Amino acid sequence: MRSRPCAVLLWATALVMAAAGHASAHGLIGQRFFPATLTIDDPFVADELSLPTVFHIRNRGSEESPPTLQTDLSGEVSKRLSPNLGVSLGGTYTLLDPLPGKSVSGFDNMEVSLKYVFWKSAAHETLLSAGVSWDVGGTGSKKIGAESFDTVTPQLFFGKGFGDLPDAVEGLRPLALTGALGLDIPTRRFNQTISVNDDGEVEVERELNAKTMQWGFSLQYSLQYLQSFVRDVGLPTPFNRMIPIVEIAMQTPIEGPHAGRTTGTINPGVIWFGRYFQLGIEAVIPVNTMTGKNVGVLAQAHFYLDDIAPRIFTWTPFHGVLGPTRPQ
Amino acid sequence: MDAVPRRARADPAPVAVRALWAVAALLVTAAPAWGHAFPDHSEPRVGHTVAAAPVVRIWFDGAIEPVFSTLRVEDADKRRMDRNDARVSAGDGSLLEVSLPPLAPGRYQVFWSVVARDGHRTEGSFAFRIK
Repeated sequence: MRSRPCAVLLWATALVMAAAGHASAHGLIGQRFFPATLTIDDPFVADELSLPTVFHIRNRGSEESPPTLQTDLSGEVSKRLSPNLGVSLGGTYTLLDPLPGKSVSGFDNMEVSLKYVFWKSAAHETLLSAGVSWDVGGTGSKKIGAESFDTVTPQLFFGKGFGDLPDAVEGLRPLALTGALGLDIPTRRFNQTISVNDDGEVEVERELNAKTMQWGFSLQYSLQYLQSFVRDVGLPTPFNRMIPIVEIAMQTPIEGPHAGRTTGTINPGVIWFGRYFQLGIEAVIPVNTMTGKNVGVLAQAHFYLDDIAPRIFTWTPFHGVLGPTRPQ
Repeated sequence: MDAVPRRARADPAPVAVRALWAVAALLVTAAPAWGHAFPDHSEPRVGHTVAAAPVVRIWFDGAIEPVFSTLRVEDADKRRMDRNDARVSAGDGSLLEVSLPPLAPGRYQVFWSVVARDGHRTEGSFAFRIK
């Protein structure tokens, strides 16, 4: 692992505040409440904590490696710097358990993100934001595959609630769509491996670190929106605070030998939200055999720091105390 | 590949079952508590048709601030129809209500905006019909 002067400090912070990979934010716009999504990041900036996010899957084996049980424990903390600007810090602890074989574990690289909401419409339950995330190379463990180089990802986000649909299709008003589009840009073009073969010749292998499009959507149907704004169908607790959701998270390399080959997962699940926190669980289903063949599970506890202690957690350096998450 | 026996694993089922029960208990007990005040139910019920509605009542899932809470009713032509006497009930701090004159058959839209006791503002609207 490549050492860095600030790595210890960064990881100490990450251990306390926890993890990335499954970033998220919650928010209100108009009468629409958007929950924090588990897989893709959503368009809001907020004061919140995801801890823990647990992902578990059995990865299939290959000719070189046995099947492996993988468990990721992630966390992320997000903080608003102004009503429309937010920063996030997160990390993931990964446990890899080969069947058979010796288990390995370690932290993946820490991730730092900055996001800015640049357009919103309460009447149309819509907002757009842009951001950039930085996968800090060298802060994770090589044992679990953490890269030693940085990756920078500029991103665009959107959120759209369908509360403005006409009366004829009012049953669709509880629907909402969020999306994220980003481009992973590794700061190192190639990984170079130097070895000596049986004949004593030096061999140099160069592996491209490909630029990769990261894109995803979430489709949500809010039962709380249905009950409160469309039609009271008499749902009891806790179903009246549930949001069935499907998230789609894809990766498409745009260069190199795998260019154009999309991998990813479709994650159906449900989120329940309350006053101070939300709970979510999703199945993680690979979209093709290149991604894998086994179904994983993703679960998350997510805390609304701005609701738990508004005067503490909603303080910002540029706008004082903002109060709860809500576009102004 | 499986010549070496896999390590024995503790059965995770009892732990998972206990965790599920804990989550279920949490959901049932925590649901009424909100930072933001959201409507719990109303009269007339959201999206329903009634014979008459002398008053619109919305029960929220937490106490709301009377000074900053508003409630109005409009007809299909966006004319205000309520008696402009919206108030938080003296006996129930989570109940917002407004009186209505006798209404003709048709569709009416209710608009509300409230501030919870902890300062969170929420707003919304819903329709009901008079037959």
